[in-house]
Amino acid sequence: MAGGIKKFVVGSFDDEKVLFPAVKNVRKAGYKIHDVYTPFPVHGLDHAMGIRETSLHTAGFIYAITGTTTALTFMSWVFTKDWPLNIGGKPNFALPAWIPITFELTVLFSAVGMVLTFCYLCNLAPFVKKHHFHPRATDDLFVMVIECTDKTNDAEVQSFLQTAGAQEINVQEAETGWWIGRYHKEQKLYKEEKGY
Amino acid sequence: MSLLKYESQQREPLVDGDKNYHQVTEDIIRPIEMKPSRLWYIGFGISVALLLFGVYSVYREVTYGIGQWNLNKTIGWGWDITNFVWWVGIGHAGTLISAILLLFRQGWRTGVNRAAEAMTIFAVMCAGQFPIWHMGRVWMAFFVLPYPNSRGPLWVNFNSPLLWDVFAISTYFTVSLLFWYSGLLPDLATVRDRAKTKFRKMFYGVASFGWTGSTKHWQRHESLSLVLAGLSTPLVLSVHTIVSFDFATSIVPGWHTTIFPPYFVAGAIFSGFAMVQTLMIVVRKVLNLQDYITVGHIEAMNKVIVLTGSIVGCAYLTELFIAWYGQNPYEWYAFKENRANLFSPYGWSYWLMMFCNVVSPQLFWSRKLRRNITVTFFMSIIVNIGMWFERFVIIVTSVYRDYLPSSWSTYYSPTIWEIGFYLGTFGLFFTCFFLFAKYFPVIAVAEIKAILKTSGENYKVKMTDQEKMDAEKFFIEEVEHAH
Repeated sequence: MAGGIKKFVVGSFDDEKVLFPAVKNVRKAGYKIHDVYTPFPVHGLDHAMGIRETSLHTAGFIYAITGTTTALTFMSWVFTKDWPLNIGGKPNFALPAWIPITFELTVLFSAVGMVLTFCYLCNLAPFVKKHHFHPRATDDLFVMVIECTDKTNDAEVQSFLQTAGAQEINVQEAETGWWIGRYHKEQKLYKEEKGY
Repeated sequence: MSLLKYESQQREPLVDGDKNYHQVTEDIIRPIEMKPSRLWYIGFGISVALLLFGVYSVYREVTYGIGQWNLNKTIGWGWDITNFVWWVGIGHAGTLISAILLLFRQGWRTGVNRAAEAMTIFAVMCAGQFPIWHMGRVWMAFFVLPYPNSRGPLWVNFNSPLLWDVFAISTYFTVSLLFWYSGLLPDLATVRDRAKTKFRKMFYGVASFGWTGSTKHWQRHESLSLVLAGLSTPLVLSVHTIVSFDFATSIVPGWHTTIFPPYFVAGAIFSGFAMVQTLMIVVRKVLNLQDYITVGHIEAMNKVIVLTGSIVGCAYLTELFIAWYGQNPYEWYAFKENRANLFSPYGWSYWLMMFCNVVSPQLFWSRKLRRNITVTFFMSIIVNIGMWFERFVIIVTSVYRDYLPSSWSTYYSPTIWEIGFYLGTFGLFFTCFFLFAKYFPVIAVAEIKAILKTSGENYKVKMTDQEKMDAEKFFIEEVEHAH
């Protein structure tokens, strides 16, 4: 993922009711939406953009069972192999008494693992610098960013966005390092979708 | 799209006033960008003073030993463990609001969840102090961790409820912190993008981890929140269950009870909501957030208080009945003589607990009182006093007169350093809360925006017009247009 300067057409919308048809039309017209930046999670926008479902929860499950096995293996090793203690003549393999710790470690592994994975996937960390296309994207605007290739006529894209209802339109250049995302692999073409 | 999510007009709006997205940002972020008021400085000053007194009390305890407290051979757990259980309980409401109400899709949680989660974290921080300093030789505290050591290695006892507590509390703290902070990221980015001063730009730039608001990030964020909520829900139940095991697995009369886990969890939520009320009633007034934390929010929390208070009351009576029905003379003595007998040395604390936790919350069956802010504020304090006494009753009245009359002890009352330690945790809690209220958005900005168009007052008015609209016309205008 080598860096390089790329050109983007940026259009901001102030109403999600206008944004949804705009996303659809832009994709229909064959332009590639780099991303849409929104101030809050707009439900259904990921589907409208053709982004696949996240599998973060699967990762969470894997971390969880790692926690379960770690706890159980460790405690049984300690109490049956490494240092068996006679506690009131009770069995060394005291499974019922280990349930609380097993449960806690399951939750701990899953939560910590998921948050770290989330930060890794979204490139979130302190001191990470990213290109912000519009400062109001975290306030009240829905900012659609369209990637330009050599063949794209950006004046055409701009006028297209204008008709789609964008309030503010401009062209920006940004470095395409890993920190501004990698949605080119994520997003399906509109034609590939069901019911086209 | 969002208009398709229709909310009944019977429901009160969750956001009052004529708001749009920008107005929401303005209202909630503005206090961060302003100089703190004089009231803030006074409150913060008092908190820091209390904290310092607490630090000195702990310093004395560490230097001169646990004898600085008035514990004795019979009453080995006094104020400190009472305070521990009390603070952990308070923390539970935050998780209930942020996790359980998220799973139940309760829209009103958005107004209070951020501050309640912060409260959870600070409360658990305070709770953790007590068992740690109660160890006496605190520099050995790391012995509670299972690490390879030169003593065998001699491992910790995984069968002991006290060790379960170590795992439960530390997991609870970690998960709550992650949940809270991952939810804060988008809001910190909002503050960052509005920042004018250099310090604010840098501080929130670092703190927001470079959040952009990308659709894919939001999608993952939603998934993360949902799974963390799903994990926190059983976690919060397990934490207080395990705290109750500290007592329930012993054979001390008054502690050896199977009802403890559900009874402790209900009590925890009860006291936690009371603390949320105390804090939110002040915060909404001082930070001018009455539009976001409405009387409706306060009423909803009061409903939880009356429910959990009644569960707790039911548990008290069940416990009393079973002590009699079980026909164990020691158990019945603990309940009849040590607690229910008003003229026994600590009988007053039992009846104070009964009054504060069972009788007084019944006022909230009345809608008028549930929606009265002054009544709610006083009630929240009464409930917290009552819940403190519940733990005091459980701990002290069970042990002060046990099997052996020669070791009975009725002269336990805390020393100034024991009280100072408790006050110190108040200092810690409020110092953290004041800093939080100054430097972080106390309401989840992004979450409010997400419900604004379904539950905002002005949007609900618009919806009334749409209700009158012809169905066919509505479909053409709203549904067709949206797709």
